[in-house]
Amino acid sequence: MIATALSAAGTAEPLLAVEAIAKRFTLHLQGGVTLPVVAGVSFSVFPGECVALGGPSGAGKSSILKMVYGNYRTDTGRILVADAPAPVDVATAEPRRLIRLRRERIGYVSQFLRVIPRVCALDVVAEPLVAEGVDKGAALARAGALLARLNLPERLWRLPPATFSGGEQQRVNVARGFIGAQPLLLLDEPTASLDAANRAVVIDLIAEKKAAGCALVGIFHDADTRDAVADRVVDVTRFSA
Amino acid sequence: MNAPLLNAPLFPAAVGAADTPLLIAEGLTRYYGARLGCGDVNLTLHPGEVLAIVGESGSGKSTLLGLLSTELAPSAGRVLYRMRDGATRDLEALTEGERRLLLRTDWGFVRQHAEQGLRMAVSAGGNVGERLMAVGERHYGRIRAEAIDWLGRVEIAAERIDDDPRTFSGGMRQRLQIARNLVTRPRLVFMDEPTGGLDVSVQARLLDLIRQLVAEFGLAVVIVTHDLAVARLLSHRIMVMKSGHVIEEGLTDQVLDDPREPYTQLLVSSVLMP
Amino acid sequence: MTAETVTTPAPNGAEPPAIRYNFAYLDEQTKRMIRRAILKAIAIPGYQVPFAGREMPMPYGWGTGGVQVTAAILGACDVLKVIDQGSDDTTNAVAIRSFFETTAGVATTTRTADATVIQTRHRIPETPLKAGQVLVFQVPIPEPLRFLEPRETETRRLHGLGDYGLIHVKLYEDIARHGHIATTYAYPVTVNGRYVMDPSPIPKFDNPKMHMSPALQLFGAGREKRIYAVPPFTPVVPLDFEDHPFAVQHFAEPCALCGGQGVYLDEVILDDAGGRMFVCSDTDYCATRQGEGHTGRMSAPYAAPPATAATGAEPPIAASGSGDRP
Repeated sequence: MIATALSAAGTAEPLLAVEAIAKRFTLHLQGGVTLPVVAGVSFSVFPGECVALGGPSGAGKSSILKMVYGNYRTDTGRILVADAPAPVDVATAEPRRLIRLRRERIGYVSQFLRVIPRVCALDVVAEPLVAEGVDKGAALARAGALLARLNLPERLWRLPPATFSGGEQQRVNVARGFIGAQPLLLLDEPTASLDAANRAVVIDLIAEKKAAGCALVGIFHDADTRDAVADRVVDVTRFSA
Repeated sequence: MNAPLLNAPLFPAAVGAADTPLLIAEGLTRYYGARLGCGDVNLTLHPGEVLAIVGESGSGKSTLLGLLSTELAPSAGRVLYRMRDGATRDLEALTEGERRLLLRTDWGFVRQHAEQGLRMAVSAGGNVGERLMAVGERHYGRIRAEAIDWLGRVEIAAERIDDDPRTFSGGMRQRLQIARNLVTRPRLVFMDEPTGGLDVSVQARLLDLIRQLVAEFGLAVVIVTHDLAVARLLSHRIMVMKSGHVIEEGLTDQVLDDPREPYTQLLVSSVLMP
Repeated sequence: MTAETVTTPAPNGAEPPAIRYNFAYLDEQTKRMIRRAILKAIAIPGYQVPFAGREMPMPYGWGTGGVQVTAAILGACDVLKVIDQGSDDTTNAVAIRSFFETTAGVATTTRTADATVIQTRHRIPETPLKAGQVLVFQVPIPEPLRFLEPRETETRRLHGLGDYGLIHVKLYEDIARHGHIATTYAYPVTVNGRYVMDPSPIPKFDNPKMHMSPALQLFGAGREKRIYAVPPFTPVVPLDFEDHPFAVQHFAEPCALCGGQGVYLDEVILDDAGGRMFVCSDTDYCATRQGEGHTGRMSAPYAAPPATAATGAEPPIAASGSGDRP
């Protein structure tokens, strides 16, 4: 069993081990109809590796990512994330444990930025670092560097991103996702609204994370990006429920 | 900090790791005559944790808040709290004097209607200073300096310090309530629909302020709201109540993005998206 | 005290009147009830003891609380003095004095030193009180926390817990609005280190006189039916802030009639042109001093003894008083 050997210290063990997870939605507002999403999902991701989830829309790629992050509940199976002293099962972890796990172990870049009123772009990006306990000034400096790298005009840094364009918001979102030191990074179409130049920056960022020993799981709509970053593709259609 | 008394032996340094719960409710039940207000609620709250209680009017969320804050006596069950000296006490066993000291030092209560949480005929400075005076501060200059500091933190201009809250807008009144409550550096704050009845832009400012203060002071918060957007923005965890019972609870984004119970699905699907 | 009956003296020596009063108007059971309340009040200095206040033949606000306390403690041998704002001859003082002359037949006086029981509204006499004397205050609102907390149930709980932050809020408001503690009368005090008490609407000038007074001080509130007390030699300390300590009023000039200093003065408007004078609020004190030969700036010439008659103890007054006279 992978899980028993899984630990944060060793580099040969996976950072993420998904074991036979299944998910279905019950829609009570539509007469209690059940909507199977995925079943029997199993895969592992190792340090320095980027795994792409493949398959057509509706295959359950996003749902799997959300289950790994704990955003969706898991009906059966285990999702083991390496942590000291022992791996944590996201599927059964207490909310408090999950919050700590997200802060320390799992980063997540969603497709859409969830805007917080009145908080400026720079603070949005720096927040995960501040939560980790990094000095506010240092966090802001790193946030600025990242936003500059993603070509977000400096005049926007001090503005709340609510009024930004889709591409600008996504860059803020990417920066916020990549600024932390979490060893497991989940990417849900991080380049969907980006132009070629910024896509290239994101590809570089992913490469740097891999080089740093992080494990990444991503959904990449764009085949070029996927080919550039993914070490292997897990085909989700074989898990269809 | 210019409130030396808060470091006096009255408040020994907080002991116990963040892993020890601050507040524990066991089997909390309250009947109003034969009608159930709130039934068999269990919860634990840790330092720095924000718990949202959501549900529609009459779901029992305000009753639960009243029970947790000792404003209501439970018909059954109990509430335990880890005091500043590290000892976890059954709140029902506190003397009235101890209970009041707790309420005005280690706890705060921000109410929907500011006139219930403020002294409307007393100046802003007096409202903020009251808790300091209640715990023995007897130096006018220090009280005033602390009040000005706190008005600044809640974005109220220092020159309004001698105006009474009747001259304040709804949003300012709520911010003043927050300052009045936080001046003694409480560890636990109860909030009852703190943004209810405010304009959307005013709400946003208030929520942002609450978010900042919660993070800065590591506050534990129990917030009652019917506004799921407020719950999503502020809380780590959420409890959904219906007919006096907790029907679903968990991580806030999990409950809101993957609601399981029919009622929760109804609540989530009823939110208007701009 | 015996349950003697006092018959009002018939005017002009005619037929005996039909109305006969129990001694000091109240029946003996009522007086006993009030005395029990008084004893409890003395036992717990500053604590407001409820009592079954009776209807008195005068309206609320005219001293019904003080009158009931006086009636309960008065004995046949007592000598009663009644003052209103320091004066023996205002309507209220005259009415109450005559009430007890009629119903109790006790001796009355205007001289502070001669009285055994002094009922007062809004002043403490200037002449220091002695052991054995009883000062009875008329109290309109006995609750010092009423300004900020209207609920009686809550104020009682606050007293019980010694939870007095609230009253400092009032003092804070004073300083915030006026730059100093602007409460000049009914200034709250802590009695015997425990209960906060409203000393009735006496000027704060009189507060220090309550501290360690040899006399027994009793307070009666008729409308609210409360009695409280400060036993002899009890510490009475005004509330204040470290950086805004309690201080009494100071008067720039001495009494215009007796030259008295360090006493509480009333301002008297003399004309429409801004003319005014300051005179002792305590009429007995002023008259006594005038009788001893002290004079002030506006003493009437016929009453003024030669300037040399002023005692050596009061040089400034004698100087200003005589110097101003034509």
